[in-house]
Amino acid sequence: MKKMSLVLAAVMATGMILSACGGNKSTGPSAGGTTNSANGEATTPGGESTGGLDLAVQVGPNPETIDPALNSAADGANVIVHAFESLLIVDSENKIVGGQAESFDVSEDGLTYTFHLRDGLKWSDGTPLTANDFVYSWKRLADPNTAAPYAADMLGYVKGYEEAAAGNLDALGVSASDDKTLVVELSAPCVYFSKLVTHASMVPVQQAVVDAAGDQWCLKPDTYVSNGPLKMIEWVPGSHITFAKNENYWNADKITLNTLKFVLMEDANAAYSAYQTGEVSMIKDVPTEEIPALKGTEEFHVEPGMGISYIDFQNQKEPFNNPDVRKALSLAIDRDYLANTVMQGIGAPAANFVPRGVSDAEGGTFFEDVTRKNNGGDFFNVENYESDVAKAKELLAKAGYPDGKGFPVVEYMTNDAGYNKPVAEYLQSCWKEALGINVDIKILEWATFTPTRRAGDYQIARDAWSLDYDDPSNLLNLMMSTSGNNNALYKNPELDKLLNEANSTADVNEHYEKLHEAENMILNDAAIAPLNYRNEFWLQDTKLKGTWYSPYGYWFFQFATMD
Amino acid sequence: MAKYIIKRIAMAIVTIFAVATVTFFVMNMVPGGPFMSEKAISPQAQAALNEKYGLDKPLSEQYITYMKDLLHGNLGLSVKQRGRTVNMIIETKFPVSAKIGGIAILTAVLVGVPLGSIAAFKRGTAIDNIIIIFSTCGIAVPSFVVCTILMYVLSLKLGLLPTFGLASWKNYIMPVMALSFYPSSYIARLMRSSMLDVMGQDYMRTARAKGLSQMVSIFKHALRNAVLPVVTYLGPLLAYTVTGSFIVEKIFTIPGLGSEFIGSITGRDYPLIMGTTIFLATLMVIMNVLVDVAYKFIDPRINLK
Repeated sequence: MKKMSLVLAAVMATGMILSACGGNKSTGPSAGGTTNSANGEATTPGGESTGGLDLAVQVGPNPETIDPALNSAADGANVIVHAFESLLIVDSENKIVGGQAESFDVSEDGLTYTFHLRDGLKWSDGTPLTANDFVYSWKRLADPNTAAPYAADMLGYVKGYEEAAAGNLDALGVSASDDKTLVVELSAPCVYFSKLVTHASMVPVQQAVVDAAGDQWCLKPDTYVSNGPLKMIEWVPGSHITFAKNENYWNADKITLNTLKFVLMEDANAAYSAYQTGEVSMIKDVPTEEIPALKGTEEFHVEPGMGISYIDFQNQKEPFNNPDVRKALSLAIDRDYLANTVMQGIGAPAANFVPRGVSDAEGGTFFEDVTRKNNGGDFFNVENYESDVAKAKELLAKAGYPDGKGFPVVEYMTNDAGYNKPVAEYLQSCWKEALGINVDIKILEWATFTPTRRAGDYQIARDAWSLDYDDPSNLLNLMMSTSGNNNALYKNPELDKLLNEANSTADVNEHYEKLHEAENMILNDAAIAPLNYRNEFWLQDTKLKGTWYSPYGYWFFQFATMD
Repeated sequence: MAKYIIKRIAMAIVTIFAVATVTFFVMNMVPGGPFMSEKAISPQAQAALNEKYGLDKPLSEQYITYMKDLLHGNLGLSVKQRGRTVNMIIETKFPVSAKIGGIAILTAVLVGVPLGSIAAFKRGTAIDNIIIIFSTCGIAVPSFVVCTILMYVLSLKLGLLPTFGLASWKNYIMPVMALSFYPSSYIARLMRSSMLDVMGQDYMRTARAKGLSQMVSIFKHALRNAVLPVVTYLGPLLAYTVTGSFIVEKIFTIPGLGSEFIGSITGRDYPLIMGTTIFLATLMVIMNVLVDVAYKFIDPRINLK
């Protein structure tokens, strides 16, 4: 008995220590945050309770940065689009509408954009926001010292960008003719400039806080001054970022949220558990092994994302410097089986290069539909893949390797994440069966994989791209010989010329016509081999309404309600 | 003893210097870099970043700069977590891990020492067998399995505990259980064997023979001697546990230091790799000195020279 009391004492002591530590709320960054109970009610540290919804969601792990100019990841962008608002925004119907700008005019030559800001715009700290704030922010984006990853993509068309990127910021063709009018001059017409303006990196940031706090301005709520629907009230790295309604937002009356808590989870299984207990109402990271059981339920959402997975052939090296070899390997892939069986329907088979959901010239039309109409069908015969295999065999024989005889053993390089490994194994078996080619698989860790691929130190490599904005040029430009993301090292002066023309015309129809031509050229030459279009999938409480997903890769929660 | 401690501190500095040097050069030999994302950044931006973080300088110069800063206690800027210094990351995240880790170790001692002792006294009985089974499981089952089972039963099935965060004391229960399962089992096993050893010693027989009760002889004589191996084990264990566990932190979404050890390496965040490694090495060395000093108090026969 006496010995048993020892154990009891130990257990009791542990219990006391545990409860003692729970009571002490003043120590550690963990305490003092919002406490969400299972039914979604929460108390805000700020104490402002407006009776709105307190929502907890999971859209990714801890973002590396939430500085709009420095961010290049979807995790960061999802936070930024709630805190900030650009001149134009994408609404729930995927239309471009006025954000901070009420309207804008384009000059006839397509070279001057004039944005008219709304009346009485304010920062979240209550100070007025003017056109000069945009001038400052765009120059900051172009500044080489900022080292913004999206600077060239977003501002490349703006007059004087090259000089600004070299350090002369005053050369950038952005000016404020008065507090409410922003004038942007372009060096060449850009038919999709209004789409660029909606990007998360184009939002205004407040010069006062950036100057005062330097790199650290976006770490704390008092310096993370923003102009969007919500404002940050807490960020505990690796735990959560909490936002509250921004009363100074021009459309604040419409906002239904009281607080929004981004739970910064890294582990899909942890996210799924938190979703099942009701602690979070929406999760982006769903464990892949749960997908077959979740498919078809009302809470599981699959939406097309503007992205594509493809494979690079090292175009400069034997045997893939031969277009027939590249095309043979590309045609031999059963894309339907790959997307629907190997990847459990999480991808959609890529029938062309530019994914579905990307717009064409006419409002409401899609690039892929026009491709299909122009070419009298898809490039890859997804339904009847046997006919593609027959073509593949012919091409391989033409290249001097009938039935794969004499073809060297080649290596497929990938990193290990998501479905990459099963995809690699499928490709290995498919090329063996269809073409008699032997393939080795090499798996590299991410930080080694990307530089190795960029250096062209591979034969076949996995690759992927998510479009930054809704224009096919963002994807097709990758294949330009000057592109830093041309991992296939594909060089075709004809394609360069075609894309340059498409990128500098003021005629919308010509822009898209040339892009269709470019897509055909890339596919006919098999510069790369498309595999599958990306889908975005997530779980969302069926009672949670009023949120929307934009194919740009963002979720919007500011107008959410809970039934 | 003062002389001994001074000597140990001098040795500690040499050890930490060696750890820092080896880590610095080895991590730079690994291919890849911190600015490698799927999307290539422009050459100008790449150059500006390299300049900002001093990565454009030759390795030897980077090393000298780093060591100079280190002497001033400056661990540099994190390359990946923009705007945060390594000092800032350790200062905010270490207390979180230390609190959970500290409670876990205390729990492990409070569970492991009594369990091991009871098993020794009741050697060969059913109680002994149960404790042996428990402690074998604790050593064999990896922590992610423990975490998953705990979460499944306590959160999903019974709905008793929250799955993430550290908002209330309830949040601590599962991480502490997961973290203390292995060490409490290990301590129980250590304690059992050393207790058996001590109980067979002549002085124990003498103590009983001169009429001391079993409790007195155990607490006054046996426990004190039997606990020495546990103390040895506790030093490094404490250093490891208070710096956080990658797996436990990931599963329970705890903003602790453990995830930074792994995250800094996969992200090639050089200053953070250095900072976390040096921090752990320093703690480890301090713990070892403390263990030696603790010996002296537990067993006065030990002479520290």
